[in-house]
Amino acid sequence: MTIAQFFGCTMIAFGPPLSMFVITIARDPVRTIMLVASAFFWLLALLFSSILFMVVTPLKDTIAFGAIFSVLFQELFRFLWFLLIQKAEVGLRKVSEGNIEIVENKHILAYVSGLGFGTISGVFSLVNVLADMTGPGTIGLKGDPREFFVASAFTSLAFILLQVFWGVLFFNALHKKIYWQLIYVIFSHLTCTSITLLNPFYAMTIPLVWAVTILSGALAFRAVGGTWRSLRNAMKRSPQVVQIQISTSRNSIDAGGATAGLKGCFA
Amino acid sequence: MADLVINSRSHVEPNSNRAEPYVVGQEEGQDSSTNAERPRGTSENDGIPREEYEEEDEELELKYGAQHVIKLFIPVSLCMVVVVATVSSIAFYTETDVYLIYTPFPEESSRWQDRVKDAVYNALILLSVVIALTVVLIILYKQRCYLIIKVWLGLSSLLLLTFFTFLYLTEVLRRYNLGLDWISLALILWNFGVVGMVCIHWKGPLRLHQMYLIFIAALMSLIFIKYLPEYTLWVVLAVISIWDLVAVLCPKGPLRILVETAQERNEPIFPALIYSSNIMYSVLSDTDGDTRSPSNPEAQGVDISNSTQENLSNPQNTQNSTETPPVEGEPTNGPVAKPNQKSKPKKRRRETAEENGYVGEEGGFNRDWERESEERSRRRRQQVRNHMDTNPSHTVPGAANQEHNQSDIEEEEILVGKASSYGDWNTTFACFIAILIGLCLTLIMLAIFKKALPALPISIAFGLFFYFTTSFLVVPFTEELTIGQVYI
Repeated sequence: MTIAQFFGCTMIAFGPPLSMFVITIARDPVRTIMLVASAFFWLLALLFSSILFMVVTPLKDTIAFGAIFSVLFQELFRFLWFLLIQKAEVGLRKVSEGNIEIVENKHILAYVSGLGFGTISGVFSLVNVLADMTGPGTIGLKGDPREFFVASAFTSLAFILLQVFWGVLFFNALHKKIYWQLIYVIFSHLTCTSITLLNPFYAMTIPLVWAVTILSGALAFRAVGGTWRSLRNAMKRSPQVVQIQISTSRNSIDAGGATAGLKGCFA
Repeated sequence: MADLVINSRSHVEPNSNRAEPYVVGQEEGQDSSTNAERPRGTSENDGIPREEYEEEDEELELKYGAQHVIKLFIPVSLCMVVVVATVSSIAFYTETDVYLIYTPFPEESSRWQDRVKDAVYNALILLSVVIALTVVLIILYKQRCYLIIKVWLGLSSLLLLTFFTFLYLTEVLRRYNLGLDWISLALILWNFGVVGMVCIHWKGPLRLHQMYLIFIAALMSLIFIKYLPEYTLWVVLAVISIWDLVAVLCPKGPLRILVETAQERNEPIFPALIYSSNIMYSVLSDTDGDTRSPSNPEAQGVDISNSTQENLSNPQNTQNSTETPPVEGEPTNGPVAKPNQKSKPKKRRRETAEENGYVGEEGGFNRDWERESEERSRRRRQQVRNHMDTNPSHTVPGAANQEHNQSDIEEEEILVGKASSYGDWNTTFACFIAILIGLCLTLIMLAIFKKALPALPISIAFGLFFYFTTSFLVVPFTEELTIGQVYI
């Protein structure tokens, strides 16, 4: 049971991110590097929040304090990361020569860095639990919630996906100066973390977190120019066509009013 | 344990004949590349050809950087996976009961001050061993005792491939409670060892070669993890990377001397010379499967990896200044020239040769090996690319640089392996990410400063920093979060 549970939970939490990585990122070295670099920024954010948590001794028992500030640090570092990418854009364009897509379409970088944030945060929240899962022993014998592992895996997955969506929305908001999206990101991040403070009431927390995830996903999808039609096309057709669909959606953005950011790149 | 010190692959064939032809080839390669680049450059920033040109160079370097970083990521990650998997499943490698002869201070005192003191002594002893071996190697090289060097390297890799593999295998079998009779074991070891020696010192399929390099690097770091006391390990890591800095940057640094001597003699650097933490070279011989003509000069490329950047720098200079027609003709720049050659479209070389990693010490050589493998694959790719696209852009200059960086792998593995032996996976992953970032930064700095930089220090510093901060600061916090099932 332990080994089976280990693999099951690993796949629940990291299967989707892994496939996203393999399909969309692994083939491009620049994207892979950006992924690792954004993960590094998340680590820095975590480091700072840990320092804060350790330093403010009176509040050490209140995990809520540490968690909330950690969220704020993450958003701060996401912003710093954004600034860094902006600065590095010239270099990026050179590096990705022949594959200008990554500079042209800002959403790609946003997605990549979101996935970087998400993966590393998922790893940090779940990996030790996974290591314990392989045994010896299992959980639930003394009245603890038996679904602890599976619930952890599902929540981790939700947070990984949330980070991806937040990454996209956050960058989009900064590029296009749509500040309500920025506020939405910070607010929903705080909300989700606060919801998990209620654990172990999984029956309540998991649906709520997933509801926010789906909402954020829908918003992110809209933000990158997705529509019902493009979604349906993507579902219906073969993978090849998915590629085309992506490019058309980008064109549609350009045609339909071309954001300052996009224009900037062409200039 | 002198054995530990060395490993390497060597396949050096200093052919003076080759030098000339390939020089020519190099020239051609450069020409074509330059032509190709120029138009691009102009189109991009119209005007000012001179600057534009330089910019192009930089661009190329950066571009290579991206691919090379990935080339580095893959072997480094594979090695780490092997080490981490071993360390976390096999207790044998986490218990330090026997120490290397180099580290006589056992660190058993209960006071941490004493342990730290012991660790520092141990590390200094180890460092002096490394320095001594390096000096011996240089002297041998200067005296042209190639045979001794070859034997030395050969013996060390033989030892790794047989004896330490034997130890590893028995521990794995014991851990999983599997039975194996001695005859089969002998057969397996014999085959593994012989194939390994052939691949490493002579030639073999690329994949196999890479596999052996990764395996050896992992084995080496496992040995250090097992036989070095805890604090010593950390101090050694720090000391070796500082040594790396000195060896590479100091005008009289040993690496530098080696490289210069090799250049004077117009030979590829003897494979053996690679030092552990620092230098790695690879010599390519062009025994291309298809074109077996010895006449292909291109075949030999020397890459220096790691700290060797000095070497690199030389080639780079030539390349950067490419435009200044390198004296190609002259044999003198034999080693230097080689990197360029990679760029040549025509060549399909198989890099049979390798770097030699001599390693004196822990850290160094594993990486070297790895790098080699990376280099090879990179070259492969380049070749392929060359064939496929006419785009000359892959002029090698960039490529040369990147190679350097590869050296650190082994120490990093040690670091990650050690981190994982404490049972906290967060620390392991933090170190992993930090090391990868360190690699990237090294590459970026290489592109910016365009001079030789030791590859180790940045990633090791990052790795150590994140190891300690994660285990002391972050882990208590994340444990709280995990206990409360709070996600951030």
